[in-house]
Amino acid sequence: MSIKSEPITINLGPQHPSTHGVFRMRVTFDGETIIDVEPIFGYLHRGSEKLAEERTYTQVVTLTDRMDYVSSMLNNQGYILAVEKLSNIDPEPRGVWLRMISSELQRIASHLVAVGFLIQDLGAWGTPLTYAMREREKILQMFEMLCGARITNSYLRPGGVFMDAPEQFWSALISFIDEFPSAIDELEKLLTSNEIIFSRTKGVAVLTPEQAINASITGPILRSTGVPWDLRKNDPYDFYDKVDFNIPIHKAGDNYSRYLLRVQEMRESLKIVKQCVDFIEPGPVRPHHDDVPFLIRPPKGDCYVAIEGSKGELGFYLVSDGSISPYRWHVRSSSLINLTLLRDMLIGTLFGDLFVTFGGIDINMGEVDR
Amino acid sequence: MIEWDGKILAEEINNQIPKSVLGSSKDSVFIESEKIYEVLKFLKETSGFSFDLLSSITAVDYIDHFEVVYHLKSLITLSKATIKTKIGFDRENQPEIDSVYTLWKGADFQEREVFDLMGIYFNNHPNLKRILLWDGFPGHPLRKDFVTNSQSIIQKEKES
Repeated sequence: MSIKSEPITINLGPQHPSTHGVFRMRVTFDGETIIDVEPIFGYLHRGSEKLAEERTYTQVVTLTDRMDYVSSMLNNQGYILAVEKLSNIDPEPRGVWLRMISSELQRIASHLVAVGFLIQDLGAWGTPLTYAMREREKILQMFEMLCGARITNSYLRPGGVFMDAPEQFWSALISFIDEFPSAIDELEKLLTSNEIIFSRTKGVAVLTPEQAINASITGPILRSTGVPWDLRKNDPYDFYDKVDFNIPIHKAGDNYSRYLLRVQEMRESLKIVKQCVDFIEPGPVRPHHDDVPFLIRPPKGDCYVAIEGSKGELGFYLVSDGSISPYRWHVRSSSLINLTLLRDMLIGTLFGDLFVTFGGIDINMGEVDR
Repeated sequence: MIEWDGKILAEEINNQIPKSVLGSSKDSVFIESEKIYEVLKFLKETSGFSFDLLSSITAVDYIDHFEVVYHLKSLITLSKATIKTKIGFDRENQPEIDSVYTLWKGADFQEREVFDLMGIYFNNHPNLKRILLWDGFPGHPLRKDFVTNSQSIIQKEKES
């Protein structure tokens, strides 16, 4: 005897605790199987790109903080690199090392959020997320020492950073470097070989490398399909060509490999931070005001700079007309573009897999909608 | 990663697809807007270029015309290039260009975003509708003639 069923369309979000912000999906189910997904964006659209046209180049740094608010330092870095390229500013080495330290710490913090909330979406309420958040808290406290802010840092300036790190930052950083590997081990002990995580994430929402590249998907999702593509290695910016690190890759392309890859990337990021601490030397953290004035007027022209953000290729396209504010500012948002294949990934899976896949992609609504 | 020199790339394209190149600069090539699909298909499928990753599509409003900018990357030849095209010299009508969705699925949301915020129509896009703003929003905010209520000092300085 076969049971007759008919498709039903359910609206998920925008105010849903598992959608990581104000994301809305119109999902059509046949029984418990997903047969169609339509993502709907725009609930957090603030028009950053238009706002930037009325702000000076330095003021726009604050807008980048509010894009992907769990990786503000990385957003700062991408934007600052674009401004520096556009106006031919030569950054101070100490400033560059400091921003590499802060952006790698930010990558760890962002991946901790991604891993923690992925487990939360699996239904493990509380415990693993608390482990991840405890470590992230240490990083946020270090950011507070650096610039007085925890989330919206605005720490970077054209030519370096806005002030040197205080004494207590270095001692906090050294103890973080010592303690963090054991903290990841602890998290991995709970999760990596956990039977429930195996059965819920392995083989779910599989992507092939061809699919991922064709859909412009970058970052951990692309690397989890087996493509060793990391802009820190393939198109080095700042001093990434002077530090030694590996690009972890996985072949499976499913939710489990995305989780495992992020854990391994955290270890690599810590390796980079460690080397930066060794390489950094005393000196000015940004050029003198005579070289880089407060009001920057880049020459007419345009430039596109992409960095490896925590979620993928984070690109900034800047057009200057020679005045004190950008003529056009476009953000290539990795969170938005990584959702391109959401529909293909979800069709045929069950309702319970929806949020796991969603957590595995790891998006941030602030960056999707800008 | 190597960045393609605009002049060399322009020559290579012009040899294969005659009358497609309008000009070139240090790092970018300007393409005739009717031939954009043909040129990008050539750049994607020819070995030696193999631009398999479409990094970004965006558009700039230069008041007398719009510029659509494509940033391409190749994971095979480890190179990148910038392709630009000019459209919409007549401001009365909606500017149009061919969609590259059939070449790269990654163009889906990006072309919808350009359509939404800049008002450029992409022919042959399967689902071209507003993505960030709601249906019925008046105008396209990233155009320079879109009036904002801003009282910012910079805008006043620009106007004076």
